[in-house]
Amino acid sequence: MKQYNSHKIYNISLIIIAIMLAYIVKLFCIQVLDSQYKMSAESNVFRRVVDYPARGLVFDRNEKLLVYNESSYDLVAVPNKVPPFDTADLCNILGISIEAFKAEFQKAVNYAPYKESVIHKQITKQRYSYLQEKMYKFIGFDVQERTARRYEYNGAAHVLGYVREADQKFIEANPYYKPGDYIGVAGIEKSYEEALRGKKGQKIYVVDVRNRIQGSYMDGKNDTAAVVGKNIISTLDIDLQMYGEMLMKNKIGSIVAIEPETGEILALVSSPGYDPNLLVGSDMALNYPKLLKENFTPMFNRAIMACYPPGSTFKPINALVGLQEGIITPSSAFPCNGGFSIGSHVVKCHHAGSLDLVPAIQHSCNAYFCHEFTKIIGDKKYRRADSAYSNWRRRVQSFGLGIKLGSDLSQENKGIIYTKDYYNKFYGEGHWSAFTIISLSIGQGELSFTPLQICNACATIANRGYYIIPHIVKHIEGQDTIAHRLTEHQDTGIDPRHFEPVIQGMRAVCEYGTGRSAQVPGIIVCGKTGTAQNPHGKDHSIFEAFAPMDHPKIAVAVYVENGGYGATYAAPIAGLMIEKYLKGEVSRKDVEKRMVEADLISPLLQNMKQDSIKAAAKKI
Amino acid sequence: MKHRGGNIFLSIDWVTVLIYTALVILGWINIYSAVYDESHSSILSMSQRYGKQLVWIGIAYAIITIVMAFQARAYSIFAYIIYGLFIIALILVLIVGTKTNGARSWFVITDSIKFQPAEFAKFATALAIAKLMSSFDFDISSFTLPCIKNMLKIAAIILMPALLILLQPDMGSVLVYASMIFVMYREGLPGYFLALIVLAIAVFISTLLYPLWVVIVALLVLTEFIYFLHRQDIVETAISTGILAFTFGALWAGNHWLMDDKYGIDRLLLISTLISSVVFLVYAYIKKNMSIVVGILILAGSLVFMLSVDYLFHNIMTQHQQTLINVFLGVENDPQGTGYNVEQSKIAIGSGGLTGKGFLEGTQTKFNFVPEQATDFIFCTVGEEWGFVGTTVIIALFVFLIIRIMWLAEQQRSAFSRIYGYCVASILFLHLAINVGMTIGMVPVIGIPLPFFSYGGSSLWSFTILLFIFIRLDASRDEQL
Repeated sequence: MKQYNSHKIYNISLIIIAIMLAYIVKLFCIQVLDSQYKMSAESNVFRRVVDYPARGLVFDRNEKLLVYNESSYDLVAVPNKVPPFDTADLCNILGISIEAFKAEFQKAVNYAPYKESVIHKQITKQRYSYLQEKMYKFIGFDVQERTARRYEYNGAAHVLGYVREADQKFIEANPYYKPGDYIGVAGIEKSYEEALRGKKGQKIYVVDVRNRIQGSYMDGKNDTAAVVGKNIISTLDIDLQMYGEMLMKNKIGSIVAIEPETGEILALVSSPGYDPNLLVGSDMALNYPKLLKENFTPMFNRAIMACYPPGSTFKPINALVGLQEGIITPSSAFPCNGGFSIGSHVVKCHHAGSLDLVPAIQHSCNAYFCHEFTKIIGDKKYRRADSAYSNWRRRVQSFGLGIKLGSDLSQENKGIIYTKDYYNKFYGEGHWSAFTIISLSIGQGELSFTPLQICNACATIANRGYYIIPHIVKHIEGQDTIAHRLTEHQDTGIDPRHFEPVIQGMRAVCEYGTGRSAQVPGIIVCGKTGTAQNPHGKDHSIFEAFAPMDHPKIAVAVYVENGGYGATYAAPIAGLMIEKYLKGEVSRKDVEKRMVEADLISPLLQNMKQDSIKAAAKKI
Repeated sequence: MKHRGGNIFLSIDWVTVLIYTALVILGWINIYSAVYDESHSSILSMSQRYGKQLVWIGIAYAIITIVMAFQARAYSIFAYIIYGLFIIALILVLIVGTKTNGARSWFVITDSIKFQPAEFAKFATALAIAKLMSSFDFDISSFTLPCIKNMLKIAAIILMPALLILLQPDMGSVLVYASMIFVMYREGLPGYFLALIVLAIAVFISTLLYPLWVVIVALLVLTEFIYFLHRQDIVETAISTGILAFTFGALWAGNHWLMDDKYGIDRLLLISTLISSVVFLVYAYIKKNMSIVVGILILAGSLVFMLSVDYLFHNIMTQHQQTLINVFLGVENDPQGTGYNVEQSKIAIGSGGLTGKGFLEGTQTKFNFVPEQATDFIFCTVGEEWGFVGTTVIIALFVFLIIRIMWLAEQQRSAFSRIYGYCVASILFLHLAINVGMTIGMVPVIGIPLPFFSYGGSSLWSFTILLFIFIRLDASRDEQL
């Protein structure tokens, strides 16, 4: 009997009530005062339905449609509403394996059995029409309309690029994107992603706990409308592009064509290419790995990513540098006795006598340019060879060679032109001279540029001293201009008057010289052949040209891997491209036929086969 | 006195029974809502938790009948035997129990028949404590030898099940036994004992939050300060502080220059405190001053406690338990782990607003955002679907029930019934405080059910037995058991 402690009930009650009052205050704070928790819960209480805008269309410079959207269909399902069904039949219609289907379905079940999940994406129109007929058999499934990219022509894949679903890594870095969104991953689709994608809209619905829509939230006050993607007019001339691709059939290499005055890319061919429609919708998963494995890497955009030695196409550049630096004048002549010798080494040449600038270009005289180059590097102005070299390098780079041009195509390669430090390190400071690096005079050695860079350099000559960064987009809907940097003159700092003798030389190349096969009736074509030594096989055939000589409309660079002399393939192809572009029609059907039919890939494949047989034989 | 007339119905406290019934029904409604899934619409579906809980509730009422059928004095007579049986059960479960969620706490007979002895050990312990403390002349109101002996006896009764449960390990159920401090307070434990508890909690938390030397210095300053307040003697305080500072300084210098900093600052502080304490004790003996002795004892106790907490935390606790405590103390930010659960729980409760979203309209607790939504986090469903009004009503119901039990306890003629009543109230209160506190982020996430509310047979039955033994005792309140 310890009743004397009975007053303690008050103390204990007080403690209990105090603690519970503290809880109630806290509850009042989080439930009534603080709206933060309601906001957090919202994302589950409201269903946000994304309104996907149509992606912008792409046209060529003549407003021919290149890229458009086609309806495609996503198969969706609410897993707990799906009774047993004929899985095999459905998979057959969708063209996927039962295992893959079951895996997707299980994912949806695991995510939320009472919520709608996408089971299979981007069903093509054709498959959809089959599916539609049998849809009544598949209860709990539904079809959601989305759009898929479609490419009007089966070419220009590298320029246009493709789209695919954004992956987790990309989404993490770019919060605009959510799982299921599509992004451009190459070409125009990538470079102009922001303009093309438009802006997603959002409708907010209130749902009950069974995820049934109860109506629109606040009468749609917070809904946002989707903004359709902007249409884009490309600089591409699709006819020229497709013609170029036809000419490059069964050849490895690249054609780049630029309108010199504007820097607009008229054609950008990389061969072998692929049909962009292979990478559309659900076919992508199937074709992408195939394309990666195919011979001669069709996914690789040679026009902007492959680096080749420029060969003799580099000679006009060296001539221009020499003229500007006062090393030579148009009438300077150098002796050529079948070559230029440094000790026991001879840079061979095919003629005799003494040539001045125009015939030196016309005949692509190695000796002339070796002499000139030794004078450039040995220029007393600069006292040391490495300073003279740096100056020469700067001049070369002013043509956009060996630097990233900064075009609107991603993954552009910057090419190779080493700094003096490279040679100082390699040979030792003061231990090298023009003779050490004499190959550079004729575009061999430690020089390599992309076809785009060579074409741009050619356009620079056509412009008599400046270029505009090559670009692929002419106009974006709703915008007055394209990016400022793509309209600016990039000046070489070489006096326009120095260009005339060089251009005369290039004209002579096509009229009487090494590039006669690039002649186009009625048009004065200026060009330069090149043959790039290829340590792995037959030389690469190169040609650069622009036309007409006055007020040039087109500059072209052609690379044909393993094509031999520049005159063999590259020059005729360049001529055909020029004719096609300037005249709209090619009259020289025989040349065209010869070029189209030339097959340089089959021998390579045969060699590869033989090599592998030999390797196998060796093993045995 | 024997129960007269045989009609027990007249003497039952129907108010308590009514609150119990209300809580059980409200609990079931919320469980139904928490696990509701339109594909299983039958409320009797045994595959769903609400179906099962309905069965558990039915069994609970059968248990009530059995509990009420016994004579009140039977509980007093068999108290120790029941306690002993459950101690054996707790030992057995460690050997033959099934491990779930890392704890060996269930007897599993079949898939659907299993029970958790730790739940039932609560009422058994309550009976044993009531039995012990109701013995004649049981005194714990001072620090005399017999009182301390009694305290040790209580501690033994509490610690035996607590340690066995700790071995499972089930931290939540262990904490419940701490609630017995209220019972002891009611039965004579001096008020400053509660103050000591507060001190212990403060030492506990600061040991985990700060380096040891900070805690030691804080305790020393606190002791000096209280001593000064108590004695109002500035000279004594200054001299004692000086002695402390001097011993520490000497030790530090010796350690630094002679021993090359062999010992850490923690150890130096402890040793200097020890040396100074000896000096103070001698002084206290000369001056015949008891308060100095008490002060030093409390200080020493705090330091020992601090060291054991430190050791327990770093050497005994599992990584999971350390994380739980760290997250609660805000040391560790673990959004996808424990902190994530609390955040989801707060979102669910917070989204309910003033009046809630309505029955079955909650989304947070339904779509698996909240973990353990039918068991430990059932309060989230209340918060989400019934809002602030709902949570307040539930808390009020519990508080009313607890205070009513204490009030009834005070009416008992027998000390056994009174003490048992306080045990029931304390256990219910601790469960309420931890469970609700956890869902609103005021207490660490400790797996402990909300009485009568949470899904689960074992917990429902054990609370039912706990409560109804008291109602049975109360029905015979005039008896001297």
